[in-house]
Amino acid sequence: MQETIQHAVQMIDLQFWHIMYLIFVGFVGGLVSGFIGSGGAFVLTPSMMSMGVPGIVAVASNMCHKFPKALVGALKRAKFGHVDVKLGIIMGLSAEAGVLFGAHIQEHIKRTLGDAGSNLYVSIAFVIVLGTVGLYVLRDAFKAMAFEKEGKGTLSEEEKPTKIAELLYKIHIPGTMIHFKSINKKVSFLFTIPLGFATGFLAATIAVGGFIGVPSMIYILGVPSLIASGTELVIAFIMGAVGTFKYAWSGFVDIRLAMLILLGSLFGVQLGAIGTTYVKGYMIKLVMGVIMVIILVSRGLMVPVYLSQLGWISPLNPTYVSLLKNTSFAVNALALFVAAFIIFKNLIKGIYEEKRYRVLETAHSTLKTTK
Amino acid sequence: MAEKVIKKPVGKFLVFAGITCILYYLLFAYESLINDYFTRGKFYAFLPVLTAFIFSYTHGNTTDLFWKVVGIEAKKRREVK
Repeated sequence: MQETIQHAVQMIDLQFWHIMYLIFVGFVGGLVSGFIGSGGAFVLTPSMMSMGVPGIVAVASNMCHKFPKALVGALKRAKFGHVDVKLGIIMGLSAEAGVLFGAHIQEHIKRTLGDAGSNLYVSIAFVIVLGTVGLYVLRDAFKAMAFEKEGKGTLSEEEKPTKIAELLYKIHIPGTMIHFKSINKKVSFLFTIPLGFATGFLAATIAVGGFIGVPSMIYILGVPSLIASGTELVIAFIMGAVGTFKYAWSGFVDIRLAMLILLGSLFGVQLGAIGTTYVKGYMIKLVMGVIMVIILVSRGLMVPVYLSQLGWISPLNPTYVSLLKNTSFAVNALALFVAAFIIFKNLIKGIYEEKRYRVLETAHSTLKTTK
Repeated sequence: MAEKVIKKPVGKFLVFAGITCILYYLLFAYESLINDYFTRGKFYAFLPVLTAFIFSYTHGNTTDLFWKVVGIEAKKRREVK
C-alpha cells in the first residue's frame, strides 16, 4: 500500500497548466482564507484529483499548504488586532479531538457503506450545516447591511453579543473560567471545547472547519466577526500542522503540490488580510454566507448521484451523472470566485477611499502649517 | 505637518524574493530525490513539515513586502472605537 502511494506520488508529471492552475486557485483560496479564516480546500482537493493525484495525496498536500498559509495569515491578522491567540489555541486543541472522532466516523461509514455511502454522508453533512448555519449567517449579514443603509446602526451595535453569548458570560463554573481578550469576558472552557470539537469534526468531514468555527465564535461566544475570522486561522494552523504530520507519517504528502499552492496562496492570504482592515464585521459574514449557500447547491446536486450508487433510488443515466458532477464542481469554483470578487471590490473601494482621505489629511496639515 | 514620504522596502523584498526563488528552484530541480525522501513516512514526516515552515517564512515575507512595494497596505487606524 505504502509503495503504491509512493509510486503514485512520484508518477505525477506536473504539466505547465497544472502549475499555473494550482498557483492561481491557491491565490484565490488564500485571498478568501485571509479574509474569512478558511476556504479553498473544496476547490483545490477535487482539482488535484482531476489532475490524477490520488485522493488521499490531494487531501494531504492541501493540508500541507493550509497550515503555513494559516500561520502567515494569523501573523498578519494579529498585527491588526484580529486574533485571540488563547481562544485559537484552546479551540484548536479541542478541534484536534473532533478531527480524530470525525475521521473515525468516516472510516466506519466507508467500511459499512463503501465510497458512495461515505460521499453521501459528506454531502448530507454539507447540506445540513450549510443549509442551517450558512443561511443564518447570510440573513444576519443582510440584516446588518440593511441596518447600516438605513443609517440606524453603528459598528458596535452590529457586533452586539447574542443572547446565547450573554447567557454564557453569566454562567460561572469554578476552576474552568478563562478570560478571553476578544470579548473581555470570562467563559468556561467547558463551553469552548464542544465548539472546537465541532469545528474539528466538520473539518474531518467536509474539509472546511471554519464554516462551524467562525459562526460559533460569533454567535455563541460573542466574538466580533473580524476577530473570529482571524482566530480561525490559529485553529486552522493547529489542525493543519497536526494533520500534515499525520499524513506525512504515512508518506502521503506531495511537497511539490503543497508548495505550488502555497506560492499563490501566500500572495492571496496577505491581500485578504489587508482587505479585512477596510471592511466592517458584516462583510465577513456576507462572504462566508455566500460561499456556504453556493456550496450548499453544489453538494445538493450530488446527493441523487450517491443515492443511485447506493441503490437507494433507481440508477441514473451516466451522462446525467457526469453532468451533475461537472456542474457541482463548477458551482464550487463559482463560490470561491464570487467570494473573491466581493473581497476585491471592497479592497479596491477601501484603498481608493483611504488614498483620498490621506490626500485630504495632507492638504489639511499643510494648510495648518502655512497659517 | 506634511505626510511623511514612506520609503518602500524594495531591497528587503528582493532579498526575500531571491531566497524564495532559490528554494523553489531547488525543490523542482531535485523533485524526484526530494519526493523520494519526503514520502518515506515515519520520522521522515518531519521533512515536509519543516519545509512548509521554511517556505512560509521566506515566501511569507516576500508576499508581505511585495504588497508593500506595490503600495497596497492596510487601512491606517484613525478612529477610536
